[in-house]
Formats: sequence, C-alpha cells, structure tokens
Amino acid sequence: MRLPLSLAVVALLPLPLAALLSAGPQSSAPPSAASPQTAAPPAPQNAAPVAQRSGLNIVVLDPGHGGTDSGARGTAGIRESEIVMDLAAQTKQALEAQGFQVLLTRQGNDNPSFDDRSAMANAQRGAVFVSLHVASTGLAGTVRVYVNSDLPSAFDGTGLIPWDRAQAPFLPLSHKLGDFVQGFLSDRFKGSPANAQTAALRQLRTTAAPAIAVEVSSVIVEDRAELEHMVPGVADAIARGVAAFRPVYVVPAMPGAGP
Amino acid sequence: MKRWRNLWVGVLALTVLAAGLYFRALRRHVKTTAKLQQQSEEQARRELTQPITANSGEPMVKAKLFWASAANDSTLAPVTVDLPLSSDPVVRAKQVLNTLLAGPVDADLRTLPPDAALLEFYLLPDGTGVADFSEALGTSIPSGIESEQLAVDSITKTLAANVPEVQRLRILIHGQEVDTLAGHLDLTGTFPVNPHPALLKSPPSKSAPAQPVSQSTAPAAFERPPAESNGSKLTPAGAAVKLTGPAQTPERAPKS
Repeated sequence: MRLPLSLAVVALLPLPLAALLSAGPQSSAPPSAASPQTAAPPAPQNAAPVAQRSGLNIVVLDPGHGGTDSGARGTAGIRESEIVMDLAAQTKQALEAQGFQVLLTRQGNDNPSFDDRSAMANAQRGAVFVSLHVASTGLAGTVRVYVNSDLPSAFDGTGLIPWDRAQAPFLPLSHKLGDFVQGFLSDRFKGSPANAQTAALRQLRTTAAPAIAVEVSSVIVEDRAELEHMVPGVADAIARGVAAFRPVYVVPAMPGAGP
Repeated sequence: MKRWRNLWVGVLALTVLAAGLYFRALRRHVKTTAKLQQQSEEQARRELTQPITANSGEPMVKAKLFWASAANDSTLAPVTVDLPLSSDPVVRAKQVLNTLLAGPVDADLRTLPPDAALLEFYLLPDGTGVADFSEALGTSIPSGIESEQLAVDSITKTLAANVPEVQRLRILIHGQEVDTLAGHLDLTGTFPVNPHPALLKSPPSKSAPAQPVSQSTAPAAFERPPAESNGSKLTPAGAAVKLTGPAQTPERAPKS
C-alpha cells in the first residue's frame, strides 16, 4: 500500500529544489517540465497562491491529530487534538503579527492524512512547517522541539525528490529552525532542552520544507488551566523562532524555475 | 406391579439427580471454556513465547537492558541483568526483548506497555533484524513523540548491547508494516542498531535512471527500505509483509 507511493518520484516544489539543484551538474534539468506527470498528492484547495517573493513568507501550522484521533488523552479529560487547535490559533496570530502568512493543515475537528498535511507545505514556495503536539509524558511545563532524524540523500541526478524522503534536503535548515524555536522555548519554560532533538517523525519525513514538531508536556496535568496557561508563551516562542530563522532561510534564485 | 412402579420411580429419580449433577459440571465447563476464549490470541501467544526466556540450559550472561532512567524518565539508563542467553542471535534477540517487555523492577520505568508481546523475531542475511510485536505495542503506549521514541530507543539500544549481529531494526505490528507506532514515530524504515559498514554487503548502487529511488546509501539514522535488496522481500506492494521464506533466510533459528 505504501510502496507504490514511495516509489513514485515526485517533484515537490521547484524553488527549494532549485537550491539543491544549482549545486549539482544537473542544474539544467528543468524540474518544472517533469512535475505535471508526477503523482503528487493534490494540494489542498485552501492553499492560496502566493506572490513569488524570495525568502520565507509562509508558515504552515499543523495541529496534530483531529477527527476520531484525539491524540494523547489526559486524566482530566484533556484531549491533545483540542489543545493543539487552541495553540495553532494563537501561534497564527503571533506569526501574522510578525508579517507571515499562516496556513493551517486543518481548520476544524477533521484528520487529514500525513501526506495531505505535508502537501500543504510542499505546494508553497518559501514555507516552513510547524507540527504542534501535546505529549502524554515528560516534565509538566516543558516544551521540546523535534527535527526529523537523518534520512538518506534523496538526490539521484534526475532532479526529483522522492516523496517519501522529501525532508532529506531540508534537514540542515530544519535543525537551524528547530534550534531557534527551542532556544526561545527554553528561555521561557525552564527544564526544556536547550537544543532541538531528533526523532523519526512520520509527519516531517514527507515535508519538503524546513520542518519541526513542537511537543508540549503534558496532558497529564491536574488542571486543564495549567496547559492553557502555557499556550500563549509557546505561541510567542514559535513566532519569535520563525522570525529569527527568516534571514537564515535564503532561497537561491533558480535558473529556469517558475514563470 | 407396585414393586415395578416403585423401582421405575426410583430409577427416574436417580436419573434426574445424575442429570442435575452433570448439568452443574457442564455449566462449570462452559464457563471455563468461555473464560479461555476471552483470553485474546495475543495473550495466548505471549504465554507461548514466554518460556523462551526461562531457558536454563544457556550460560548466564550479564545482559544490558535499557529502561527509563530513574533520575530523568525522559532518558534511558542501562540496567545489568543476569540472563541465560543463547548464542543464536535470533533466540538471543527474543530473550532480551522478552525481558525488556517484562519490565524493570520499578514498573514506573517501563518503556513498553505491559500487555505488548513479541510475536516473532527474524534476522535477515544483510543484518536487518525484524521484530514483530503485537498490536498492544502501538495501542497501549502513551501517545506522543517522546514516549514513542523512548520505546523504540529502548528496543534498539537493548539489541545493540546484546545482539551484535543485528545491524538495523525494522518493527512490524502483527506482521504488518505500519505507518507509525502510535501516531508519531515513523515505523516505515529501519532504525540503526549496530552499524558495521565492513560487514555490509556491497551496496546495490545500480545507477539505473529508471529507478532512481532504489539506490541504497551508507547507513543513516533512518533508512528507507531499498526497493530491491538482497532477497529480503520485506515489502510486497500493498500486502501484508511476508517473511516466510526459510530458503532465503538461512540464519533464522528453527522454531521450537
């Protein structure tokens, strides 16, 4: 079931791809010519076309779980899927105040697939992807940032990125973004680690953009208010981290890419 | 005539009494049978797999098992346990993983759910270990990036410390390749255990442009399965993972 998808070589997005192609001898291969024949999952309808400015413009926020999947569930009736929606809404506000365009992978209590969520970022130029989670473990009141663990290089000379390893070329940028966000989080939430950690995360693996997951501890609190008090601080730290990352995210111009 | 009638009534009364006694025994039997059926298939299988750890014929070895650290339960700490371990890597892997599943003395330091069971362990010729766990591994574990990663780390570190033949590990749930452990951690690839590049067979670096994805690379922290590799048919498209092929996996231990 997964293998045909993983074998489908998919051109994800021309611009960040261009950054990597320009380093190789195959930079003359026009990836845009191949993309119409590839089997990329359809980009969500609400992914608005974005002005092609260079640099980082868009933040795709991914409130984890949803629908029948409530994620981590606490003793006090706390559901991860609900807390992350609240966190996404407040992070959106904080990011918009910094001048970013923000897209959410889900609007209500639905549960898009991992690939649909990734596709939302993959369809954009100059986007970063931030997946939001609440843990059922960990020291209450701490927040951890995760970056996908190392993936084998996705480059094969055809200029296409395999969908199932889409994150591979973005890992260095993801680490930088993760460290920025984790830095602001550990300033505010004592006991949080100083640097981003790595984990094999399914959601990040198929995301062709600098991508991190932020996990708040935890649903196992006596009172829901404890967790809700953390939300504005987490939202603010994410917005500051992404803003600090903005100058690092330089998208080189791509010869022949895009109109 | 009267004597016959009395005898007849006596026989009838005895029959009723015997039937009553038999009925009670029958009910008890039905109850125990029903209770047995309630025991899930997994539990039954777990009971079958348990005795393998208690194989006293093997020499006692100081095995290193990784459970959560008492100081900081977000990290792992090694615990040395005296175990009778087999020299066969597959049996040995089963022994240490079953001990890991059984849990530490302090149950709070478990990394794997108590109702999870190791169903089977395979070692492919290329050094890939395949651990097949029951569904409970995914359904009973506390959902979250940290908890799921701790679970997988405890498995890979325990294998790394005790079974040097396992170079990388793939985790299956009830014989199937699944997307994630419990919604976060990616189980579609392999996890590094004992990377020994010298022991690796020459990578099939076919530069066929038609199949660019199938190129294998040096051991990385998380490897995608090569589309075609040394005869280890792990992922037939769409179907449940089939690992039955004794001819292809000579290193597999005979099932006891």
